[in-house]
Amino acid sequence: MLRYTVRRLGQLVIVAVVLSILLFGWLRALPGGPVSALLGERATEESRAQLVEQLGLNQPLHVQYWKFVQRAVTGDFGVSTGVQPGTPAMEVFLQRMPATLELSVLALLLAVVVGVPLGYFAGRRQGGWLDNLSITWSLIGVAVPVFFLAFLLKYVFAIELGALPASGRQEVSIDATHATGFYVLDGMLTGEWDAAWNAFLHLLLPAAALSTIPFAVIFRITRASVLDVLEEDFVRTARSKGLGARVIRGRHVLRNAMLPVVTTIGLQTGALLSGAVLTEQVFNITGIGQALSLGFQRQDYAVLQVVILATAMVYVLVNLVVDLTYAAIDPRLRER
Amino acid sequence: MALLQVRDLSVRFVRKQEPTVSAVDGVSFDVQAGRTVGLVGESGCGKSVTSLAIMGLLPGRGTEVSGSVRLDGDELLRLPRRELDRRRGRDMSMVFQDPLTSLNPVVPIGVQISEVMERHRGMSRRVARGEAAKLLERVGIPDPGRRLKEYSHQLSGGMRQRALIAMALACEPRVLVADEPTTALDVTIQAQILNLLRELVAETGTALIMITHDLGVVAGTCDEVNVLYAGRIVESAERHELFAGPRHPYTAGLMASVPRLDTPRGNRLAPISGSVEDNIPWEDGCAFSPRCSRALPRCSERTPEIEPIEAGRWLRCHNPIEEHARNTERPHD
Ligand SMILES: Nc1ncnc2c1ncn2[C@@H]1O[C@H](COP(=O)(O)OP(=O)(O)OP(=O)(O)O)[C@@H](O)[C@H]1O
Ligand code: SF4
Ligand SMILES: [Mg+2]
Repeated sequence: MLRYTVRRLGQLVIVAVVLSILLFGWLRALPGGPVSALLGERATEESRAQLVEQLGLNQPLHVQYWKFVQRAVTGDFGVSTGVQPGTPAMEVFLQRMPATLELSVLALLLAVVVGVPLGYFAGRRQGGWLDNLSITWSLIGVAVPVFFLAFLLKYVFAIELGALPASGRQEVSIDATHATGFYVLDGMLTGEWDAAWNAFLHLLLPAAALSTIPFAVIFRITRASVLDVLEEDFVRTARSKGLGARVIRGRHVLRNAMLPVVTTIGLQTGALLSGAVLTEQVFNITGIGQALSLGFQRQDYAVLQVVILATAMVYVLVNLVVDLTYAAIDPRLRER
Repeated sequence: MALLQVRDLSVRFVRKQEPTVSAVDGVSFDVQAGRTVGLVGESGCGKSVTSLAIMGLLPGRGTEVSGSVRLDGDELLRLPRRELDRRRGRDMSMVFQDPLTSLNPVVPIGVQISEVMERHRGMSRRVARGEAAKLLERVGIPDPGRRLKEYSHQLSGGMRQRALIAMALACEPRVLVADEPTTALDVTIQAQILNLLRELVAETGTALIMITHDLGVVAGTCDEVNVLYAGRIVESAERHELFAGPRHPYTAGLMASVPRLDTPRGNRLAPISGSVEDNIPWEDGCAFSPRCSRALPRCSERTPEIEPIEAGRWLRCHNPIEEHARNTERPHD
């Protein structure tokens, strides 16, 4: 198991190198560039040339890349040219990461907490009203674009009903201490409960919008998986022993049914991160998603590089954790 | 009254868009404590469905079960689920046909054995674990302490079957249903498992229902035998009586197809011609008639009823093998 983990971490390095090369080349192949984004179309040739020189963009691509790598290993990913001009790109990323992470984790939590039990009971009573209702709901969940759903939720619950905040991460008037950047966590750490609660309320609508696709997928996989497991001989064996419903459900059905679900949760990280870009727009959250869309608009190579690379690393790491969890559940995989 | 009494048990599978399957049809037999009763027949004749019906383990949807199964006089078929669960695993238990799929792959063997005792014998987890080790020892698994922590994929086929038997024995059931407990195993291990079951019956007075398609197994274990064909019992007798002289052509055919040491090589197997698929529904006459060498015109007109022919012996046939023709009858040679 340890060797397996080490091997997977080795893969992580390879992914990072390959992705960084591709990303580096691709960004520079896009039309425009930070110079025109910064100076506008009407800048003089002189000032352009000066900035190109300053950013090192006149050097051959492989030289630029090599410099990038040399600096990257020390944690220096260059300076933002568009999102927050003048700020180190890494700092831009670190400032914004907690907002996105908080949002994604809550969305995933919602999806799991609702999707798994619903999937179990829907599968248990296949064809019942709960089953039909949940299937319809999950179909709507995948069919409606996240962007539209986010707007709809914001309009109904924030603007019309005024039940929840419409944008931002926390009421500015609260003036809370932000030690970690995770606002809910910050409030809990410092004991500022009203701040934590306020941040949580701000998260609810965006998280609900963001959770729909992961919810729909997790629900469907759980349901299908429970249906499969219920047909298994070992469930019949468990019944033949006269075991109680709770033991059969927890020990014999769910533990087996969770295997495909755990894998799905890992794969959903991708959907979550891309959904976060859209949701952060609608709810005006200064997270990674916003940095990404701003970065593309303003051709901010440094910020785009660090954000995309770090996101990919998170994706790979989450899937490593998923695989380890899988092995923890299924003894057949532990011997590798 | 017999410990387990099965009367007129019928199971039909009713599926949308599919013809209804009558898998078991009017099966009746008794099992006394300390006795072994065999259910014998070719693949698909309804052996497993019969045993699952007795245990109340058939799928709920699209399954119609009728008749009566009484344990100690209590009707099991109409028992509420809670009541049934209080008896399953304690008073009656089952050893399944396929040990690999019948064990949970992600739960240690020890937990799967001790959970029965925690459920029915009110044991704590620790005490049950100790008992489980003793059980594994009793069914002949060496190094039980280690095996308890292992998972089914780490065990050999024979060990899995033993573990499944240990599980079934955990609460010393009064009725044990063994569904082809040795089919998946090689010959030496087969013999060991059969010995184990025989000892059990002798020691604890458990009533054993032995399900098999192998007459060799029947000869080695059973006191009484019920021969099943297409969901109905066609012949039922004490084991000695049956082997001394089968009266039903199907029983005789089964016996002729058993390899025997006293018949010359090359001439050992005389399989029954045709296959189970050839059988006709019982409503249209004798289901065995398309394959039967003794069939008469009336066999495909009138369904034979099961009738007592002497004490402890029942037969369903219009043209049974005569008693004096015993042992010499080889219908398909
Ligand atoms: N759940 C089910 N739905 C529909 N038909 C079924 C179902 N279970 C069993 N049957 C049918 O019932 C018949 C009897 O099956 P059963 O499993 O009892 O045979 P068997 O005697 O145990 O055979 P084998 O020796 O292969 O185990 C078969 O024709 C089978 O196709
Ligand atoms: S009833 Fe007729 S067809 Fe059926 S077994 Fe007897 S002789 Fe053969
Ligand atoms: Mg069977």
